[in-house]
Order: sequence, then C-alpha cells, then structure tokens
Amino acid sequence: MPARAMLAVVLRQFYLMRGSAARVLPLFAWVAIDIVLWGFMTKYLNSISAAGFNFVGALLGAVLLWDFFGRVIFGVSTTFLEDVWSRNFLNFFASPMTIRDYVGGLVLSSMLTSAVGLVAMIAISGAVFGLSLIDYGLALLPFILVLFLFGIAMGILGTSIVLRWGPAAEWFIWPLPALISPFVGVFYPLSTLPVWMQWTARLLPPSYVFENVRAIVHGQHPWWTGLLISAGLAIAYVVFASLTFSRVFRLAIRTGLIARYSAETAG
Amino acid sequence: MREVLSVDGLTKRYGEVLAVDDISFRVARSEIVGLLGPNGAGKTSTISMILGVLEPSEGRIAIDGIDLAHHRKPALLKANFAAVYAPLPGNLTVWQNLRVFGLIYGVRDLNSRIDGLLDDFDLRKFRNTKCGLLSSGEQTRVGLAKAMLNSPDLLLLDEPTASLDPATARDIRAHIRRFVDTGATGVLWTSHNMYEVEAVCDRVLFLSRGRILVEGDPRALPGQHGKRSLEELFVAIAREPLTVGMV
Repeated sequence: MPARAMLAVVLRQFYLMRGSAARVLPLFAWVAIDIVLWGFMTKYLNSISAAGFNFVGALLGAVLLWDFFGRVIFGVSTTFLEDVWSRNFLNFFASPMTIRDYVGGLVLSSMLTSAVGLVAMIAISGAVFGLSLIDYGLALLPFILVLFLFGIAMGILGTSIVLRWGPAAEWFIWPLPALISPFVGVFYPLSTLPVWMQWTARLLPPSYVFENVRAIVHGQHPWWTGLLISAGLAIAYVVFASLTFSRVFRLAIRTGLIARYSAETAG
Repeated sequence: MREVLSVDGLTKRYGEVLAVDDISFRVARSEIVGLLGPNGAGKTSTISMILGVLEPSEGRIAIDGIDLAHHRKPALLKANFAAVYAPLPGNLTVWQNLRVFGLIYGVRDLNSRIDGLLDDFDLRKFRNTKCGLLSSGEQTRVGLAKAMLNSPDLLLLDEPTASLDPATARDIRAHIRRFVDTGATGVLWTSHNMYEVEAVCDRVLFLSRGRILVEGDPRALPGQHGKRSLEELFVAIAREPLTVGMV
C-alpha cells in the first residue's frame, strides 16, 4: 500500500508533465543553455591558457554536475509546489497517504526528472564539447550519488520552509543552489576561500565532489576518504531534512495550518 | 448497530479560543447524521479533526473502531470526504484525478471502479476534461465520485450540494441516500439547507459555540422545541443558543 500512494504522487506529476510543455521544457532547456554557454567559455579558456590544462573537464564537468544538483532540488520542490498551486493539500493529507509516502513520491519524481536533465546535459556536452564523464572513472558514481542525496535534502528543507510559512515562501527555494555555490567551490579550489568559508565548505557534501573533480582533471587519484565523508554528510542532511519536514507537518496539523493553508498562518 | 464513527470528549483550542468544546457523538452504519450550526460553530474544525488534518487538543476519534490518533492510515482507509472548499486539482482530467486518488485509497480493480462512478455521477462525457474547466456543479459531482472511490465506511460531506442547482442537488441527495441504504456506509453531513437536512438526515446534531446543544430526529425536533420548522429552530439556536439549549 505505501508504494501505491507514493506512486500516486509520481503518476500525478507524470500526468501534469505529459500535457504541459511549460513543465517539460525546464527539465532540460535551461541546463542545456548552461552547458552551451559554459562549453564555449571553456573552449575560449583552453585557447588562451597554457597548453596542457583542459578546462572542459574541470569547468564544464563541474557545471554539469552542479546543474544536476539544482535539477534534483527543483524536482522535489516543484512536485510539492504543484500541490500548493492547485490547493490540493487537504485532498492529499486528509487521505490515508502518510508523510513517508508523500516525501517518497517527491524523491521518486525528482529522481526521474533530474535523470532527464542529466541525460540531456551529458548528450550535449559530449557531442558538442567532447566532455566525457567516463574520464572521472569510478569516482563519477559517488559524485552523482552525493549530489543527488544533498539535492534531495535541500529540496525537502525548501519544501519544509514553504509548508511552514505559506505559498509566498517558495521564493526561498529558487536561489538555494546560488546560495550554496560560493561555499562549495564549483569553479575554484576551496583554498581560494577565506578560512571561515573553508570551514563552512567542510560541512557541505558538494565541496568534496568538486575538489575531487579538479584532482582527477589534474591527473591525481580521487580522495576516496573525502568522498566517503561527503556521502555520510549527505545522508545526515537527508535525515535532518526529513525530520524537519515531519516536524513542520506535525506543527501544521496541530495548529490547523493544513486546513487553512492559503491563509499562511493558523494564528 | 456497529458505529463507524465514535467521537468522545473532542476539544480544540486555538490559544485562548475554544473552537470545539468537549463534544461526543456517534454515527452508525447506514445512518446519515447532519452536523448543523451557524458559521463559526465548530463544524469544519470537527470535520478536520475527523479527517486527521487538525490535531484535537483533547478527546478521541475512532473510525470503525480504529483509533485515528494512533492508527491514522488504517483509519483513513475506511473514510473519505467531499467538501466545497477542497476541489480536486483543476489541472488534471476527471479520469486522472480519480486514478491518482484511487491509488492513494488502495482501490482494487480501479479502472472498472472509475468507470462505474463516471456512470453513476453522469460524468462519462467529462472523462478527459480537466476539472478546472467544469462548472462548479460538475466539479462537485467529481468530488463526490472521488469520495466514493473506496466505498468508505465513513463518508464526510461538508455542504456537498452547496453549488448545485435544485434538480441536480436532488439527484445527488437521492444518489447518496441510495448508496447509504444499499451499503454499510455512515455519513456525517453538514449543510445550511434545512429542507435538504430534513429530506436526507436520520439524525441531526446542532452545534453552537463548539458545543452540541440539541440532538435528534430532524422531523421531530422543531415540535419538541416549540418551533414550526427546522429552519426556525436553526435560527433560534444561532441567535440564542443558551435559551434553546436549555429547552
């Protein structure tokens, strides 16, 4: 039974996407534009920099992974926001669907939609700019896993904020990747950052991914221990985000916020 | 007669405000109970608590003997609801909405169940129409079809005919009455239409300021309280609840 309720959330999202170009295009259009922009940027940097360093692997690869992370966050949050926009909370939450079913449905939807974006990005960056993720070797798997898990955690945290403070708070979700990006060294080594930012970076799983991307491009071995730490951190963030969502939901049930969600407050 | 809904000592406080004040009642199988009262009497808070979207401050709710607070999922699998303030998503078609909610309620043989409900509520021609494009009356019928997807033991209807024309409202009332008479469903029904309440409900509960003031047969109650009609009794309770409550 839990699987069926979870699938209902995914099926709803599938129905919405099937009939709406406005929902399908963002899955790959913006990330494709990003890849094209950064693809030409890296070609230009390759042409003016000293021979031997390949910006495609270092920068374009990092942009691809970062965009994937963003797609995962928005995969979770837009599935949730569909219920906000269509005022469907009462129908869903006054049903036998549990919070675990619901959040599971958000995660499953995000997994499917972010995979579409990832495939599009890999196809364009490979065909047009010669980027091959296979160059990252076995480390590619933890890269994707860590970014996926941390994206899920940030997506769930974002939805918790909207659930707590009402529909207008969706504004907090969209800038999340841009807010995290300076701390995790997507485009530069962490050593570039001031000390306090480096300490913050150590607590953010993507930092370990992008340090490893640069290490591999420089011909070094991946720092497996670092990747293990980042995977542990990412799991901890998922647990924290899930507990936060559950706590916010319980608060919404206690105060009557679910039944009067459009009011943005039960008080 | 086994109860499908037992409410005991139900209370809801919002800070200093007492919205529902220690109410207790039962709904039996094949019984339609009207929950009546003026705006702000506590009807929707009561229904929200029975649906598990509002936590009671005190009291216990059991659906078909299953404690809602401790066994939310199995309890809510036996219930369903339709309310004017909870339309189904307008960006999905009638069929898609019923599929999604059929999965959530674990309905077996879902496609044929949906087909049956489309016929029952005269919705077949709207099968592939987005719910947001339907008239309010048609949307109400879709909401009722969703409410009956899982053949619930307990059906909560919050002003189910509020946006329907008199002819459609009569058809819907007859349909729900038939559904109750031929099955084992108990219904808790809120309405401001006293004619409808007299026609449909087996028993009514008058709620005012969060308390049940009067309870009984809607056809006999006016006479028992010295009023000519249920509507007159309603007005009296809304305006002078203490006077009527003491009768």
